[in-house]
Amino acid sequence: MAQRVLEFLQRERPLALAETGSHVGDEIAVVHREHLVEVLTLLRDHEQMRMNMLSDLTVVDYLGQTPRFEVVYQLYSIPHKHRLRVKVLVDETPGECWVPTATGLWYAANWAEREAWDLYGVRFEGHPDLRRILMYEEFVGHPLRKDYPQNGRQPLIRRPDAPPTDDQTTRLMPDSHDRRVS
Amino acid sequence: MSAPTTLPSARPVAHTIAETYDHRGRQAGEMPLSPSMQQFADEAERLPTDELILNMGPSHPAMHGTVRCVLRVDGETIKDADVQIGYLHRGFEKESEAATYTQIFPYVDRLNYVSPMLNNVGFAMAVEKLLGITAQIPERAEYIRVIVGELARVADHLTCLSAAISELGGLTVFFWGNRAREHVWELLEDVSGARMTHSYCRIGGVAWDLTRDFDEKCRGKIAKIRGLVVDIRKLVERNRIFLDRMEGVGCISADDAISYGFTGPCLRACGVAYDVRKDHPYSVYDHFDFDVPIADGGDNLARYLVRIEEMEQSLRIVEQALVQIPPGAVIVDDPLIALPAKREVYNSIEGMIAHFKHIMDGLVVPAGEAYSFTEGGNGELGFYIVADGTGRPYKNRCRPPCFYITAALRQMILGANLADVVPIFGSINMIGGECDR
Repeated sequence: MAQRVLEFLQRERPLALAETGSHVGDEIAVVHREHLVEVLTLLRDHEQMRMNMLSDLTVVDYLGQTPRFEVVYQLYSIPHKHRLRVKVLVDETPGECWVPTATGLWYAANWAEREAWDLYGVRFEGHPDLRRILMYEEFVGHPLRKDYPQNGRQPLIRRPDAPPTDDQTTRLMPDSHDRRVS
Repeated sequence: MSAPTTLPSARPVAHTIAETYDHRGRQAGEMPLSPSMQQFADEAERLPTDELILNMGPSHPAMHGTVRCVLRVDGETIKDADVQIGYLHRGFEKESEAATYTQIFPYVDRLNYVSPMLNNVGFAMAVEKLLGITAQIPERAEYIRVIVGELARVADHLTCLSAAISELGGLTVFFWGNRAREHVWELLEDVSGARMTHSYCRIGGVAWDLTRDFDEKCRGKIAKIRGLVVDIRKLVERNRIFLDRMEGVGCISADDAISYGFTGPCLRACGVAYDVRKDHPYSVYDHFDFDVPIADGGDNLARYLVRIEEMEQSLRIVEQALVQIPPGAVIVDDPLIALPAKREVYNSIEGMIAHFKHIMDGLVVPAGEAYSFTEGGNGELGFYIVADGTGRPYKNRCRPPCFYITAALRQMILGANLADVVPIFGSINMIGGECDR
């Protein structure tokens, strides 16, 4: 069933695919970043695919390899009951560590991408509201990166070298007076 | 020329605000106000009001699971909301990367802490998929997993419903629901030795067999749980307070729900019959006769009804499993996967070495990656494991069903009344431990 998905992709977008394969029954397609949104849109909208659910989105950190990060999308189609895992490879250099956002395709991408940004520091270009979700605003670094120590501790208070914070209480009222604590 | 005298109106007019309500207590709407009342209403409309920011949570008695909602309200109406989670983040994934596969079971227990058995099963199945031993799990172990998993699902739904209804004022339901849940927990305690954090599953099977009198005890408890669920239904389903606050509140369309990644009871309440147990039968779920209840509307009431019916279906599965369960081993007979019995550890050098290797190195999982998904209490509970050929996972990602459901909370409460936040939030069954991991 799912093999059909990979054949479909190879037929429709051969240039977008870097690699395809399967492991223990899961179908995997590695996609070039510049074709990512195009491929995801095709998978969501094409009559044979109808991948209408972004089941999960996460990042894997292969420290020491280039490119270092792998952004992983788990797609599922409720009408056709098939799955596909789409991967994009991303490098760690600050200017390159980004993926185009999928918030325009699935609502689920909004929080999932915020979490991926929070824990791995991969930016999602075009995300309407990319800020931390599980960690607190003052947290420095991205805890699920392999080079972040497992027992790393940070104070809960603001540190002088922390990036400027964004008071989430005032986010909802842009015209209200600024209540930030400097 | 004198002003034309107003003719007596044929339609009744309301002379007090109370008269604008019909006999059922709902706002009648069509009834025009008398001129004096109209003037009063117009003045009220012109009163200077200001939108204000209101914080609900993180420690609000009705926001169970420590979540914070920053609301922008105009009077009672919610204009905008920012739902903030993460207060219960304990670094599940980071801790998993340093633990052996067997050591992760206690962490998994604490994800969705009202149905830990289902998490146990989900995680064990993900590792078994990587090991390629899914087909070799003894059938008795699969049946035990189904029985304890479905009992846990009943406990999960009971927790959700009794908490949600108690917040609407039905405290009796809370006590009755908890009494029913206590029956489930007594059973699970008999089996695993722990009330909430069972850590009962093992990779390749379960830790030990059911107790000798489990069958008989389970049947007795099922009858009691059924009775309590019927009592709860009798108490609330014709109650006007309950219906007014559940019907048509917190609606979400099926398309939106799918796009948000809803699964489980919340998706089935939108009329989409997606259930992993039916659509991708795992374990021995294809041996049982059960239905997937769906409801229309996607509102609080639909979610309530789906959960009520699912409990009955779960109990049906347990009853069938108790009849069908075969005798035999409860864990695979493979010294590389199963921990040896204590008898062997103390009496043979092979057993002792195997035990040492298991505890120190963990069982070795070949390099690769797998996404395994099961039907948890809240929906599709997925585990995406990347193994690097050692005894510890390189990455262990949990796909938490209620994370994606909570993401839609903002849309569901926009435009609602402030008081509606509580039943809407209660009906999606957000479990902090699972959402924040």
